[in-house]
Amino acid sequence: MTSKKVELMVGVFVAIAIAALLLLALKVANQGMSTQGETYELKAKFDNIGGLKVRSAVRVGGVTIGRVESIELDPKDFVPIVTLAISSEYNEFPDTSSVSILTSGLLGEQYVGFYPGFVMYDSEPAYLKNGDYIEDTKSALVLEDLIGQFLFSKGKD
Amino acid sequence: MGNLVEIDNLTFYRGERVIYDNISLTIEKGKTTAIMGPSGIGKTTLLRLIGGQLRPDSGDIRFKGESIPAMNRRTLFKARRQMSMLFQSGALFTDMTVFDNVAFPLREHTKLSEDLIRTMVLMKLQAVGLRGAADLMPSELSGGMARRAALARAISLDPDLIMYDEPFAGQDPISMGVLVKLIKGLNDALNLTSVVVTHDVTEVMTIADYIYILAEQRIIGEGTPEQIRQSESPLVQQFLQGQADGPVPFHFPAQSLENALLGGA
Amino acid sequence: MESLINLGSRTLGKASALGRAFLMLMGAIVARPQPLKNTPLVINQIYVVGVQSLLIILVSGLFIGMVMGLQGYTILVSYGAEGSLGPMVALSLLRELGPVVTALLFAGRAGSALTAEIGLMKATEQLSSLEMMAVDPLRRIVAPRFWAGMISMPLLAIIFSAVGILGGHLVGVDWLGVDSGTYWSVMQATVDFDKDIMNGVIKSILFAMVCTWIAIFKGYDAIPTSEGISKATTQTVVYSSLAVLGLDFVLTALMFGIE
Repeated sequence: MTSKKVELMVGVFVAIAIAALLLLALKVANQGMSTQGETYELKAKFDNIGGLKVRSAVRVGGVTIGRVESIELDPKDFVPIVTLAISSEYNEFPDTSSVSILTSGLLGEQYVGFYPGFVMYDSEPAYLKNGDYIEDTKSALVLEDLIGQFLFSKGKD
Repeated sequence: MGNLVEIDNLTFYRGERVIYDNISLTIEKGKTTAIMGPSGIGKTTLLRLIGGQLRPDSGDIRFKGESIPAMNRRTLFKARRQMSMLFQSGALFTDMTVFDNVAFPLREHTKLSEDLIRTMVLMKLQAVGLRGAADLMPSELSGGMARRAALARAISLDPDLIMYDEPFAGQDPISMGVLVKLIKGLNDALNLTSVVVTHDVTEVMTIADYIYILAEQRIIGEGTPEQIRQSESPLVQQFLQGQADGPVPFHFPAQSLENALLGGA
Repeated sequence: MESLINLGSRTLGKASALGRAFLMLMGAIVARPQPLKNTPLVINQIYVVGVQSLLIILVSGLFIGMVMGLQGYTILVSYGAEGSLGPMVALSLLRELGPVVTALLFAGRAGSALTAEIGLMKATEQLSSLEMMAVDPLRRIVAPRFWAGMISMPLLAIIFSAVGILGGHLVGVDWLGVDSGTYWSVMQATVDFDKDIMNGVIKSILFAMVCTWIAIFKGYDAIPTSEGISKATTQTVVYSSLAVLGLDFVLTALMFGIE
C-alpha cells in the first residue's frame, strides 16, 4: 500500500521542514546562543532601565556575552533590578566592572553595555560570582530628561 | 431453509415523498431473489435499507433474525461483514489496483498473512475470470470487467448475503451473459443468498428463484418466474411486456396538456 | 415576508451544515484511533497533500521573499535603515505571510483536490461501498486526510518562511549589497523564537485545521453529481481563504496586539 517511494518522499519532506525550522531557530532567532549552555547570573540596580527588555543582549565591546534574564522592581527602595545571564565562558570579570544601558544606533533597541573593570596587580583579584551585584551602573538615557537638562542649562546661561 | 432477510410492514419516506408504503417481503436462504420494478422507484433504496445505511420510518428489517434498524453501530458493522453489495458503478477504489481492491476487505477485517491473502485474492479473481487483470488500475477496465472485479471484491470475505444493484444495467450482451453466469454460478458454488435488483426482465427470469415486482410504493406481484409470467395483474404484464403505456402511466403526473398549453396557469 | 422566510431557511441550512461538519470531525478524530493501521494511510496522504504541494510552496516562498527584499530595500534605504531589512523580511514572513500565504496556497492546491477526491468517491459510491464492507469511511478516508493536513501545513509554512528569508537575502544582500552580517545579526536581535516563530507555527496549525476541515467536509457533504462536486470545490477554496484571513486577524490581535 504505502510504497517505498512515497515513504522516502515523505521522509525528505519532513527532513526539509526540520532543516527549515533549524535555520529559523539558529540563524534567524539565534536561539541557543548564550542563553543555552552554562550561564551564571549577575544582578545590577539601575535608576531607570528605559526600554530594556528581557532577552536584550549584554555586550562587551560589541560582543554578545549574555542576555537579560529578568527585570523586576526592588520592593523596598523601588529601583529596577536587572538580572543578567552571562555565559560561563566569561567568568573572570573583576568586581570593579560596570554596566550601562545603551542604545544601538539612533533608533535601535537597547542593550546592556558591560565594561570590565581593571584588576589591581598588588592585591588578590576579586571576580564577580553568581548572584553578585554590579555596583557601578549607568541608567538609560531618557530623551525627555536630556531635553530637560539641556533647557535647564540653557536657562542658567 | 428459512429466511435470511425478513422485511415487515416497511414504510420509508424521502423528504415528503413516500418511497415504500407498508411493504413486507422475505428473502429465503440459499436462493436468488429478484426485486424488479421500473426505474426510479427506489429499488436501490431497499438494498440500502437492508444494509442499514438508511433507517425505515416504520416497520422492521431483520437479518438472521436480528433487527437491523435497532442495531448500534458496532453490531451493525458486524452484521455487514456477513453481507456485501455490488454497486451499480462497481465502486472500485480508483487509487488501488484490482488486486488491492479485492484484497481490501481481507486486509481490513482479517489478520491473514500477505501470502495467504495473495492466494485468496487470486482465487477470487480466477472465479470471475480476471486473474490476468490483477495489476491493472480500475480506470483501465471496461464497464463489464469493473463489475466483475467488484464482484470478486464482494465475495472476498465469503458473505452469506450478496446484494446486486442493477448488475446488468448498461452492459453489452456478452458481459451480461457473463454476469448472469457468474451470479448463478456463485450462488450455487458458495451457497450464497443473492438479492438482485434490476429491471432487465429476461436475464432475471433465468436466474431468479423468486421474484418481487415493486411499483407505486408497494409490491404488485410476487412468485416464482413461472407464476409471475402467468400473473393476471395488468401492472405485472405491462412491466414484463415492456408496454409504454398502461397502468403505469407514460406521463409523469401533471395537469392535463390542454390546461398547460391553453389555460395559462 | 418572502425574504424573511428565505433568510430563515438559509440560516437553518447553514446551522445544520455546521452541525454535520462537527459530527463529521468528531466521528473522524474521536473514533477509536488505530495507530498501526492508520499510520501508513496518513503517510500516504502526507505525500499527497504535503509533498506534492512542496514545489509551489518553495517557488512562492522564494519569490515572495525576493519581492519583500526588493520592496523593503527601496523603502528602508531612503531612511538609511537598510540594515533593518533582515528583521522586516523575517518578521513579515514568520508572523504573517508564511502561515497565511501557505494556507491560501494549500487551500487552492491541496484543499480543492481533497474536496474533489472525496466528492468523487461519494459520487462513485466508494464511500457507500466502504460502509457496506463494514469499514467506517470517516476512519478510513476522512481521518487520515485530516491528520495529514494538520501535519503538512505547519511544515510547509516553516519551509515557506525559511525559503522566503533566503530569498530576501538573495535580493537584499547578494544583489543590492546589504551587508550579510547585518542582515542576519539584526534579524537575530529582533526575532524571538517563542514570540515570533512559535506564534507563526501555532497560527499555521490552526489554519491547517480550518482548511483541511472545510475541504474534507465540503467533499463529504457534496451533492454527488458533477455539478455538486464542482460547486463544492469552489466553495472549499472560497470558504478556506475567507476563514484563514478572518482567523488571521483574530489571532494576530490575540498574539501581537497587546504587549
